[in-house]
Amino acid sequence: MSDEAHLAIEVTQLRKRYGEVEAVAGVDLSVATGEVVAFLGPNGAGKTTTVEILEALRTRTSGDVQVLGVDPAEATADWRERIGVVLQGAKHEGDFTAAEIVTMWSAYYRSPRPTAEVLELVGLAEAAGTRTRRLSGGQQQRLAVALALVGDPELVFLDEPTTGFDPAARREAWQTIDGLRSLGVTVLLTTHYMDEADHLADRIVVISRGRIVADGTAPELAAQVAMPSHISWDAAELSPVALPDRLRDLLRGDDASVRARAAAGTAIAERQIEREVERFALVTRDVGEVVRELLAAAEAAGTPLDSLAVQPPTLEDTYLALTGDTSSGDCS
Amino acid sequence: MTRLGQLRSEARFNLLGFRRSPAATFFTVVLPIIFLVIFTSIFGNEIISSTGARVATVYVPGILALALVSANFMNAAIVTVIRRESGVLKAMRATPLPPWVYVGGQVAASLVLTVFMTALVIGIGWLGYSVEVQPGAVPSLLITLGVGAAAFSALGLAITCVCPSEQAAPAITNMCVLPLYFVSDVFIPSEGAPRWMTLIGDIFPIKHLAVALGRTFDPFSEGVPLPAWRWVILGAWGVFGVLVTLRFFRWTPRN
Repeated sequence: MSDEAHLAIEVTQLRKRYGEVEAVAGVDLSVATGEVVAFLGPNGAGKTTTVEILEALRTRTSGDVQVLGVDPAEATADWRERIGVVLQGAKHEGDFTAAEIVTMWSAYYRSPRPTAEVLELVGLAEAAGTRTRRLSGGQQQRLAVALALVGDPELVFLDEPTTGFDPAARREAWQTIDGLRSLGVTVLLTTHYMDEADHLADRIVVISRGRIVADGTAPELAAQVAMPSHISWDAAELSPVALPDRLRDLLRGDDASVRARAAAGTAIAERQIEREVERFALVTRDVGEVVRELLAAAEAAGTPLDSLAVQPPTLEDTYLALTGDTSSGDCS
Repeated sequence: MTRLGQLRSEARFNLLGFRRSPAATFFTVVLPIIFLVIFTSIFGNEIISSTGARVATVYVPGILALALVSANFMNAAIVTVIRRESGVLKAMRATPLPPWVYVGGQVAASLVLTVFMTALVIGIGWLGYSVEVQPGAVPSLLITLGVGAAAFSALGLAITCVCPSEQAAPAITNMCVLPLYFVSDVFIPSEGAPRWMTLIGDIFPIKHLAVALGRTFDPFSEGVPLPAWRWVILGAWGVFGVLVTLRFFRWTPRN
């Protein structure tokens, strides 16, 4: 029982099947009271399905789910008083003002927060009298958060709160979500942006193809996949021809044809390489060793190699490695 | 908030949204009045020799039926589909608001509109075209309005089940009612129309609403008119609407 008391969400072996497709294939998830957890994964990974099962908006095929100590399959109005939900791509009725919509929704709860206070919380006080159709994307999202907060919930779900936003709108939404922390609200948010998860959450749970593939802080996740660093330099400064064989083999995959010709080691190949590629990059985990070898090769070739740069693995690299999604082009 | 307070709040915001929507106010308030003026102008407001009543005695109840269908069926269906497709209904499902209070709020708003339009149409008919409500017919009028509003509200929710998108909603609802107006004593009396046309009118609910309302203004109806079987047919359509709604209504967007 003491376990239940500090767990806002507890999910064991959750499954959801649509015909032949298993959208959620055995998810385990726990969120402590007061924690902000990001549920990270690519589109179609099962994030929204899972969250909507927790919100009692969808039924599940099997598994155990407890949200605030209640099985959502037996959700009551009393239970719904305690949760706040921001759906993906939330829209509002355009003919109402922000304040009117909040007031309208406050009637749904037993002891709602005052409208002015809610608008203040999400930074929409100035836009209180603005018709929602004239609000920006970021403002619309903050209004959706306001509606989730009006009932003074213990737990808030946010489904992809910034998808499709420009950087400024994203920043706005982040500020609002950061603000939830000071209210002591437990938050489960879904996102397919690693940097968003890193910025907003205490902990990141990664889902891919309906399964949890990692769970931890951003540095922990990075350590878990141990992604290599990128070492790069200007092609004009040092040709791969001058490199020892071992380093040539580390040349990045997309320079494959360059690598092949560099291995041939002809003068003609060298000139071609210089024309075609501006920078060369090596991918390695042995950063120190490789840099020493590179500098030795550079010295032998008589170049200072001032253009040398070492880039540690990015959050995106970690994310792509975790989710096994090599084709994702919409990160960041 | 108490359930009654929630109902009042929902109805209030529905009416506010209605007032702010130019399309809704035009089709539900302005257009019926324009029709009333146009029809009585075209056909004059003479005494019809066969019935002994004025032409407007036919049009006032017809236009009243049109306004009732517009407020309870068309307007409610279109608003509901817009809310469904924009995800507002889905978000509402995640709140403690009971579904019946949401539906009740919308029906209450439609009822207020119905009462408003009834007063407006009767007022214009009385002042402009000397069409009077027969005092003995007032109970019949109220019952017809109540049964009609309930039935068309239910059908309004039911029709949302076949509307795939918010763009489709106005087209589909109009497709349902526009042809029926012509065979349902709304635009033109169906007397003397081909058998198949009167049959279609008799099957669907609009004609029963229009004819039941017509009794209210008929200066020659005997005693207290109680068009009971018209109410039964309207009520049956209402029950059909409730059953379809219970079985097929969805809160989540189709797209």
